[in-house]
Amino acid sequence: MKICLFFLAAGALSAQHSYTPSDVQDGGRLFRSNCVECHGVDGNLVPGIDLAHGKFKRASTDDELINIIRSGIPGTPMPPGNYTEFQAGTIVAYLRSLANVGSGSGIAGDPVRGKTLFEGKGGCLSCHRVGSNGSRVGPDLSSIGTQRSPAMVEKSILEPDAEILPQNRFYRVVTKDGQTVTGRLLNRDTFTVQLLDSKERIRSFVLADLRDDGFVDKSPMPSYANKLTSQEVADVVAYLGTLKGIANK
Amino acid sequence: MRTRIIFLLALAGTLSAQVSFDRILHADKEPQNWLTYSGSTFSQRYSKLDQITPANVKNLELQWVYQARSLEKFEATALVVDGVLYTVQAPNDVVAIDALTGRVLWIYNYTPARDARPCCGRVNRGLAILGDTLYMGTIDAHLIAVDAKTGVPQWNITVADAAAGYAITHAPLIVKDKVIVGTAGGEYGIRGFIAAYDAKTGKEDWRFYTVPGPGEPGHETWSGDSWKTGGGSIWMTGSYDPQLNLTYWGTGNPGPDWNGDARPGDNLYTDSVVALDPDTGKLKWHYQFSPHDEFDFDAVQVPVLADIQWKGAPRKVIMWANRNGLFYVIDRTTGQFLLGKPFVDVNWMNGFDEKGRPMRVPGKVPTPEGTLIKPGNQGGTNWYSPSFSPKTGYFYIPAWVNYDSIYVKQPVEYSEGRIFAGAMPQSPVPMVRGSEINLKKNTEGSGAIRAVDPNTGELRWEFKMADVTDSGILTTASNLLFAGGREGYFFGLDARTGEMLWKASIGGQISSGPMTFSVNGRQYVAVAAGNALYTFALRQ
Repeated sequence: MKICLFFLAAGALSAQHSYTPSDVQDGGRLFRSNCVECHGVDGNLVPGIDLAHGKFKRASTDDELINIIRSGIPGTPMPPGNYTEFQAGTIVAYLRSLANVGSGSGIAGDPVRGKTLFEGKGGCLSCHRVGSNGSRVGPDLSSIGTQRSPAMVEKSILEPDAEILPQNRFYRVVTKDGQTVTGRLLNRDTFTVQLLDSKERIRSFVLADLRDDGFVDKSPMPSYANKLTSQEVADVVAYLGTLKGIANK
Repeated sequence: MRTRIIFLLALAGTLSAQVSFDRILHADKEPQNWLTYSGSTFSQRYSKLDQITPANVKNLELQWVYQARSLEKFEATALVVDGVLYTVQAPNDVVAIDALTGRVLWIYNYTPARDARPCCGRVNRGLAILGDTLYMGTIDAHLIAVDAKTGVPQWNITVADAAAGYAITHAPLIVKDKVIVGTAGGEYGIRGFIAAYDAKTGKEDWRFYTVPGPGEPGHETWSGDSWKTGGGSIWMTGSYDPQLNLTYWGTGNPGPDWNGDARPGDNLYTDSVVALDPDTGKLKWHYQFSPHDEFDFDAVQVPVLADIQWKGAPRKVIMWANRNGLFYVIDRTTGQFLLGKPFVDVNWMNGFDEKGRPMRVPGKVPTPEGTLIKPGNQGGTNWYSPSFSPKTGYFYIPAWVNYDSIYVKQPVEYSEGRIFAGAMPQSPVPMVRGSEINLKKNTEGSGAIRAVDPNTGELRWEFKMADVTDSGILTTASNLLFAGGREGYFFGLDARTGEMLWKASIGGQISSGPMTFSVNGRQYVAVAAGNALYTFALRQ
């Protein structure tokens, strides 16, 4: 009986271990340095596992996760990692933090009002797509609520040039007859480039046939800092947070 | 009639002749074959075959494909002996293929122990052959001899303990009657070594530790017990000079990779080239490219030997494009440093002293906050075979340009069989496997074939790629250069100018070195991409 109590207590202590923001940041650094090769930046590259949203195959508690991070899973590509228990704990703390990030502004938003703004005054569907509505030229936001924290979404609305993810980059080509085509970059290699142009057409170009080509440095998205009020931005952020994609059946 | 019978017997004898060491030494006399990993013991990856030329290379077409039953990277360079091609299906299946048709003749399936844990892929880079026997190192650190006619194993020895992180991924080197291999595992705190085994029995003849033990010269460059986990992997096949009777090997990083606090000193003989007597394993000389390395700058390259005109006089040299971003020319008789020059952007050093030791840039070390280092962790180049063409006189490098990593120092403790490296550096470029989709800007890391003049280290020409490359390079006597990259293109360039003359999209990332051979007078070029081996020849 004593032994059982001891183990329960130890588990509770570990689960209650508090990590400072700096620890969590360190955990994020460890995760990005050692884990993303297989798990991806968002932690969802391995089928059936979504580290950022608590979806694991063989663990549920922090202690179980720490054990897997340190010992690996024999017979799978998951190797043992040479971390102290504390270091492994910071990785878990980082993963837990991904699902619990609040809005940067601190203003409570109304998702119903946000949807109206998104589809109306904001004109967001002219570039973005949600479900079967809107344009495919900009990033599809159907699952944005599972992919980005509210603070990240808010920053993208107010400062769209601050961080443009590689998958959202735009590219411009000028054909030899002078036609300019700009679109979201789908792929490029030494000899060719593929875009989704402003009319949602998939275009492929041979570089040798072009007069000029290159990345568009700035985001095509305007800043909404002067177009929407702080409350309206919070409403849109709240609405986007409700977008969880298509449920698995 | 009698004459005809004798002739037929003689022909049959030729077709199935054993691969003597003399044949390997004179591989240039039979360019229809590819008898050792880099084509010759000088490792130039240069062929005298010249049927395919800059003028007709556009007429190359696919002849056959061998699809491996493996989802691991196909990194092996094939051997070809008298119409039979031998390769390795990752991790460790030996496959014999009719080089004319692509039909499989036999497969030797080997299942490595579950303990096997090579750090960077369950891969194999090729075989060696001597007599009628093929030799393969395995990811669980065994060395296996296999009958080249039947695929039946002849012997199987344990080179090192896989559970402690030891592995073998490179092709063995044959020198005389010995099979020479080294061990990988520098990311697990191994103590690396090169060893020679009797080709007939597998009995160990000698062993050279790349990290010297107590009482041995070089041990003073380690502190305390750090030498016991000092790394010094052997990732790539060595070379051999019969006149000097020296075999040359590149050694890997000291352990732990990215935190050198526990191992103050130069950490000999890591990140070095060592010249050994192949009869005894005794060290003749060494040159260390990256003393006290904390950037994982393995000397993970094939030593390329050549007799060139150096400052107007003939000289026996080794040419070496190192992971640390520098191109070197070294006298291979004495180990004297002759030239060192960056072939990509380098910010961790800014020159050499008179002995060829790199002068470090202050502050360019891993820190808890992170330090940006050029080139990045995978290096200006890596294990991908370079080539030297005696015809053009150029040395060709598969290079990663505009590539850097942020090195973060973190504490690391040794535990047997576990990763002993520190924090993996951060970079926009994936380390060992690329993506089917490339959205990177060239400023975030891209690839190139760079042709360098060995006498000056100056760039002569460059062929740029949008993505980085893990492909080796082949050059031929007709001034052709074959290579590829992560995008799945296999291409032929004019070795004199870098002009692209032909390309084929073969779909998968090319992580192998191209080679060439001929059967019945027809020249083929072969390269592995994705999970398959592709062969091309001129349209008939």
